[in-house]
Amino acid sequence: MENENNAGEPESTGASRRAFLKQSSVLAAFALTPPAAVHAVEKGLDEKVAVAFEQQPLRVEVNGVAQQLSVEPRVTLLDLLREQLSLTGTKKGCDHGQCGACTVHVDGQRVNSCLTLALTTEGSKVTTIEGLGSVDKLHPMQEAFIKHDGFQCGYCTPGQIMSAVACINEGHANSPDEVREYMSGNICRCGAYANIVEAIMEVKSKGGRI
Amino acid sequence: MKNEKNPPLDRVDGRMKVTGGAKYFADFAIPNMTYCVIVGSTIARGTITSVDTKKAQGAPGVLGVFTHQNMPPIPGWDGPASKQADGPPPKPDTEEKYRILSSPKILFDGQPIAMVVADTFERATYAASLVKATYSKQTTRTDLEKHKKDEITPRGGDYARGDAKAFESAPVQLESEYTIPIEVHNPMELHGIIAHWTGADQLMVYAKTQGVNSTQQAMAQAFKLDPKNIHVHTEFMGGGFGMGLRTWPQETATVAIAKKVGRPVKLVMHRSQMFTMVGHRPYTAQSIQMGADKNGKLVSIHHAATAETAKYEDFTEATVNMTKFMYDCPNVSTRYRLVRLDRSVPIWMRGPGEATGAFALESAMDEMAHKLNMDPIEFRLKNYSETDPEHNRPYSSKHLKEAYERGAEAIGWKDRKNEPGKSKEDNWLAGYGMSTGVFNAFRWEASARVVLNADGSLVVQSAVTDIGPGTGTALTMIAHNVLDIPFERIKVEYGDTSLPKAPSQGGSAIVSAVGSAVFDTCTKIKNDLFELATKAGAPLAGSKAADLSIENGNVFISNDSSKKVAITELLKANNLPSIAQTADSKGSAELEKYSMYSFSVHFVKVKVNALTGAVRVTKAVSVADSGRIVSPKTAASQMIGGVTGGIGMALTEEAIIDHRYGRFVNNNFADYHVAVHADVPAIETIFIDKPDPIINPMGAKGMGEIALIGFSAAVANAVFNATGKRIRQLPITPDKVMQEA
Repeated sequence: MENENNAGEPESTGASRRAFLKQSSVLAAFALTPPAAVHAVEKGLDEKVAVAFEQQPLRVEVNGVAQQLSVEPRVTLLDLLREQLSLTGTKKGCDHGQCGACTVHVDGQRVNSCLTLALTTEGSKVTTIEGLGSVDKLHPMQEAFIKHDGFQCGYCTPGQIMSAVACINEGHANSPDEVREYMSGNICRCGAYANIVEAIMEVKSKGGRI
Repeated sequence: MKNEKNPPLDRVDGRMKVTGGAKYFADFAIPNMTYCVIVGSTIARGTITSVDTKKAQGAPGVLGVFTHQNMPPIPGWDGPASKQADGPPPKPDTEEKYRILSSPKILFDGQPIAMVVADTFERATYAASLVKATYSKQTTRTDLEKHKKDEITPRGGDYARGDAKAFESAPVQLESEYTIPIEVHNPMELHGIIAHWTGADQLMVYAKTQGVNSTQQAMAQAFKLDPKNIHVHTEFMGGGFGMGLRTWPQETATVAIAKKVGRPVKLVMHRSQMFTMVGHRPYTAQSIQMGADKNGKLVSIHHAATAETAKYEDFTEATVNMTKFMYDCPNVSTRYRLVRLDRSVPIWMRGPGEATGAFALESAMDEMAHKLNMDPIEFRLKNYSETDPEHNRPYSSKHLKEAYERGAEAIGWKDRKNEPGKSKEDNWLAGYGMSTGVFNAFRWEASARVVLNADGSLVVQSAVTDIGPGTGTALTMIAHNVLDIPFERIKVEYGDTSLPKAPSQGGSAIVSAVGSAVFDTCTKIKNDLFELATKAGAPLAGSKAADLSIENGNVFISNDSSKKVAITELLKANNLPSIAQTADSKGSAELEKYSMYSFSVHFVKVKVNALTGAVRVTKAVSVADSGRIVSPKTAASQMIGGVTGGIGMALTEEAIIDHRYGRFVNNNFADYHVAVHADVPAIETIFIDKPDPIINPMGAKGMGEIALIGFSAAVANAVFNATGKRIRQLPITPDKVMQEA
C-alpha cells in the first residue's frame, strides 16, 4: 500500500496562474473604479471582472470575413473556430497535432489549428473547409475527393482536403510516393488513403496553383 | 428488381462531407452549452483516499465538480439488464461491479474520478487540472501472460468433433503459439456526447453511437423513462469500428450531470481517454495444434485462445469459431478462456474475435503448408469445405475457390517462390503471402419507411446510423433498383430515433437488415402503384399486377412498353400528395437450413529490409465473396479500409502497458501507430459479386469485417516468404524481424 498524488501539472504551492491573474485584475479594478469593483467582488462577480480583463482583442480574417474578436490567450484556433465562430467543419481528433483533422490554412500555409493559439493569427487570413468551396460550387479538390471516394466516415476529410490543397501548392505532389510522404500528418482511420492519393494526383495533373 | 451488377455511385453524403457541412455530435450548438472534462485515475487498482475539488470548484466558470461523493444517482442502473447490452450490465458472477463515480474503488487505469463542468471548454479543462486525489494503491494485475493460470471458462464452453487424440498419430504435426496485443479502435472522432434535457422528463442526446435505438434504450433504462421521451441523433459518426456498439458509463453520467446542472452539457473526451474508456481489442494468447497427412490432408486442428477481460465484466468474442468450419477436417476442437485483469472492459473491434483467430489459424495453415512443401493455396484447396462441417448443412453460397484464383492472378502469385528468402528486389527481401477471412452473414430485423411524393421524388427513412461504410448510398441503390427512380431524386434520412427502428451498425449486417427493409417497403410502394394503374378506370385497367414493370418513372406492361402510365400521373389522378409505406423485415425460417458466411482472400507482397528489419507492404489485393455488391464504389472503399486497418494491425498497432503500474505508455497518436499515408500502397479490390440466393432479396452479404479478417496473417506469411522468419506476435516490428534471425 502506498499513497500517490494525482499526477496533474507540476504544482506550485498556492496561487495558480489563473488565480494570480484574477487577483491582479481585481486589484487593477480597485485602482480604477473602486466602488463598482468592490461591489462586484462582494457580490461574487469578480469572476466576470476577471474574465473581462483576460480577454484579448483579435483581428483576423476568416474565410474572407474580417473578424474583430475578444479571446482568452489560451484559446486555440481550433476551439475559436468551432466554439465561437460556429465553423465546425474543422475537426478535433487529438488536440495534440498528431492527427491532422484540424488542418486549416493560415496565410496559405497548412497548420494544425489545435496547436495554434488563436491570438497568434492576429492580422492573418485563415481559411477553413467552409471557405474553400461551397455545396453549390465545390473546389476542385472537393470534387476529386467525391469522384475518388477519398473518405468514408468523413471526419478527417476537411483536414485531408485542406492539407491536400497545400500539399500541391507547396510543390510536394510530384508523385504518389511524395504525396504519401507529405500527407502522412493527416490520419484517416477508415483507411481511404489509396483513394485520397488518387484524388490529389488527379488535381495535380490539371496543373497550376489551386 | 433487376438482378444485374450495380453501377458505381458517388457517396450520397459526399458533398456534406467535403464541405464541412456534415454535423457530427460535437458540432451541434445549443444555447447555454456547458463543457465537461473527465479526470481519470492515475492508478489501475486501489482506493481513492481523498479527492480535493475545492480549487476546481472555485475556478472561474465552473458549474459543478462531480466525484463519487456527490454524483447524482442514475436510478435505473441496478435494475434488470435490458436486452441490449448497455450501461454496465449487472453480471452477478464477476468479482467487481463498476458504476461510474459511485465508489472510491479504482478498477482500471484512467477510471473517471471526477467530471468537471464549466461554461467554456478552456475553463473546464483548467478546472479539471486542479482536482487532486490521493490513493491507497494495490498491486495491479494487468499482464495476461503472468496470470493465465487464473483463467475462467466463459459461457459457451468448448467445442469438439471427431477424435481428440487424432493429433498424436498425425504424420505431420505443427504446434505454434500466437499473440495479439491490445489494439485500440481510435476512430478519428473523439468520443463524447451532448446531453440536453429539454423538459423534466424529455431528453435530447447527440451521441457518438453506432445505434441511436440502442442509446435510446440505454438512457431509457438508466433514467427510468419511456423511450419515447428520449430523442437520439447520430446522422454522422466519425468512425466507430465497434467502440460505439454500447453506451459507455461516462455518457450516462453526462446525462445525469446535465440534469443536475440544468444546462446542456457537451463531453468531448481526450485522445488518451479513448484508450481506457471506450473499449479495445483484447490482448489474446492463442495456440494451435495442427496435424496433417503427407498428402496435405488435414487430420486435426486444436485451437485455444485466452483473452483478457475486466474484473467487473466478462467480454467474450468469437476468436476460435472460424476454426470449427473453415476447413474440411474430421477432428477439430476449440477452447476459449478469459482472465479477469485490472483493466477496462474490451469491446468488439472491426472483424472482432475472428480477426484475432484468423491471425493464428491462417498463420498456422501457412506454417503447415511449408512443412508439407506445398503451395499455401493448394493446401487450402485440398482441405476446402464444400459444406459446413460444424453444423452439417450447406453454405447459402460460397465462391471462395474463385476468390483464391482471381486474387492469385492479380497479385502475380506465380512469381512467388515457395522456398522462403529467395527473392530480392532493390536490395530488399521480397515475399508474397495470402490468407483467408470469414465472417457470419446475418439477416437481422429492421424497419423502414418510404414516401413517394407526387413529384416523383422518394424519401427513404431508417434510424440506422452511417458510420462510414456508405449505408445511405447503399440504401439509395436498393430503392433505385426496386422503383427505378433516378438516384438524384432519392433522399435517404437516417441516424435519428424519430425514424423507423434499425439495429446498430455492426456485424457487417446493415445492408442485409436495413437494405431488406428498404427493399420490402419499396416493393409495397410498387404494388400500390400497380394497383392504382390497374384499378377500374385506370390507364392499365384489366392488366394483372404480375404483368407490370416499373422503369423511368412509368408503370408499363412488361411485354408491351407502349402501354404505360407515369407514376406522377397516377398520384395526381388519385389526388394523392404522396404514398407512404412502412415495413418490418426479417429473414424466414428457411435461413436456418443454411450456414451463411461472407468470405475474403487477402494477398500481399512485402519487402523486408534485411539490415533494419523494416517491413513494407508494396502491393495488396483483397477479394470479397460477399454476395451481390449493392454499392460497388463505397464497398471498394470499405475493402481498402480493411486493408489499411490490417496493415496497422500487422505492422504497427500495439497499446503497451507498463505492468508495474498497469498504465499505458503510448496512449496517443504519436506513439500508438495507426497506418498513415506512407504505410499504404495502391490496393486492388476484387468482388466475386454473385448474389447469395438465400439471405435476402438483394443477395447481398456483409463485407465490413472480412475486409480486415485474415489480413494480418497474409502479411506475416509474406514476411516468412521473404525472410524465412516466422513472426507469431503482432505487430511485426523491426526488432522482431531482426531478433528472430
